[in-house]
Amino acid sequence: MTDVTFARTRRFGAWYVLEHKIRQMRAYLGTALATALGTPVLYLFAFGVGLATLITGNVGPVEGISYLQFVAPALLASAAVLVAMEEYTFGIMLGLKWNLTFVAMNASPITARQIVNGIMLFVWFRMLVTTVIYFLVMFAFGAVSSPTGALTIVAGLLAGFAFSPAAAYAATIEEDRGQFAILQRTIILPLTLFSGTMFPLTQLPQFAQWIGWASPLWHASELGRQFAYGPTEPLWLSVVHVAYLLALGILGWQLCVRIVARRLNK
Amino acid sequence: MPAPVITASSLTKKYKDFVAVDGISFEVAPGESFGLLGPNGAGKSTTMRMVGAVSTRTDGELSILGLDPNNNGPEIRAQLGVVPQTDNLDTELRVRDNLLVYGRYFGLPRAQVQTRADELLDFAQLTDKSKAKIDDLSGGMKRRLTIARALINDPRILLLDEPTTGLDPQARHILWDRLFRLKEQGTTLVLTTHYMDEAEQLCDRLVVVDKGRIMAEGSPAALIREHSSREVLEVRFGSERNATVSAELAGIGDRIETLPDRILIYASNGEEALVEVTRRGLQPITSLVRRSSLEDVFLTLTGRTLIE
Repeated sequence: MTDVTFARTRRFGAWYVLEHKIRQMRAYLGTALATALGTPVLYLFAFGVGLATLITGNVGPVEGISYLQFVAPALLASAAVLVAMEEYTFGIMLGLKWNLTFVAMNASPITARQIVNGIMLFVWFRMLVTTVIYFLVMFAFGAVSSPTGALTIVAGLLAGFAFSPAAAYAATIEEDRGQFAILQRTIILPLTLFSGTMFPLTQLPQFAQWIGWASPLWHASELGRQFAYGPTEPLWLSVVHVAYLLALGILGWQLCVRIVARRLNK
Repeated sequence: MPAPVITASSLTKKYKDFVAVDGISFEVAPGESFGLLGPNGAGKSTTMRMVGAVSTRTDGELSILGLDPNNNGPEIRAQLGVVPQTDNLDTELRVRDNLLVYGRYFGLPRAQVQTRADELLDFAQLTDKSKAKIDDLSGGMKRRLTIARALINDPRILLLDEPTTGLDPQARHILWDRLFRLKEQGTTLVLTTHYMDEAEQLCDRLVVVDKGRIMAEGSPAALIREHSSREVLEVRFGSERNATVSAELAGIGDRIETLPDRILIYASNGEEALVEVTRRGLQPITSLVRRSSLEDVFLTLTGRTLIE
């Protein structure tokens, strides 16, 4: 062990964690890729083609935009959230509780901050693969009309990042009592249904619209729509979307670092 | 004398109102094999975590390789190898991959990690298992792989927390052999154990720990000489009678210890003590004369057995 190798760990520690996670993924690479490709094909076909026929002549809520075009950016964001949530919940529990890999990493020069940063890098990596594939399928379905369409990927990444408070929550769990199933049913599912993903938020009664305003998924879906066929809203609102998503993401990420550091220092 | 690699002074760890480690002081010299012997809950693992620079001390001083873990945790950990009490191998990776990812955490280049991994698989006698799944390994193999992983950075100090707990006798002996080789190569070993035979086999020097405090310190032989007699006579009269008979044995040997299942008579000559027992008209169901061990040292110091 020399100073040179230690300096490398200090600089690249989080990337070594990412390397570890990617190596783990090799075991289920086939399944992961099939899911990443199969999900958009199924969803876009079911909603954008199937369901759209019931919606008066496949007309979206915006003039000149088809229902497929309307729903696709939101579906892409949902897919990123789904992948991110998997890592925020099971990925964190695996390391702190089920497999104790974080404890093993922490016995090396890797710090709690580097562990969490590495997990976040892995989340971004998985989201990137998922959203790029999603976008390509969207493109193939003819759901992208704007030249800025590829930026829906960025909106998707921000959507997943904004759910990082779930990782901070997962890091506090000492005893596994099915909390993730509850989280999924009481928070994630309602957010998905009332976030203006399948229909515009304005269709909901006023009192239910706040769910959408609080929901990162609504902000990301709206942002994605601006890129895919916009603009349909003032620029300041798009800026609010980005700021809100980044703020939530940074909050959850930093909280997670602190909680994991406390958990590992027993 | 070379500077110690570990210096602990009044080292303390408290959890709310529970004191896990209560002001212990010790030093470990380079190349030494140092042990912490004590029952479960004595504070051994907590001490090991503080030495491993992952647990912040509540009070006292601690220096590892001349550095303070409060300020230089990662630098210290870069030079340690850690074998925790519970195996924390990555069960989602194959045997060799576990070594590869771990080596990277020390900033080692890929090519170097691969060479090192193969050498260590050989050392751990796991070369033919390099592609196996972790869950398919026996307890002893997992332990050896954990040790191999701890050696990937060629550490200056190897910390082993209960290295052979839960292993069958054959697996323990294979492990001891590997650890003995490391000791011969000059690796500094720090280990905790509640097995006296393990401490006797592997430790040059040890501290006996109980309830977070150090009860005694020295080489296994010196501790036995100091805190116990040369020999021990074990006699059994049946679980109901042991307590009552014990009174009639007064005066035989240096000291008598009555346990639920047997009576221990500490004497310099066990055979002579047995002659005296029978001369008093007492007929034990079984009798055994043996050398004193660290178990007896612990019993003398604390009045309790190591494994309860």
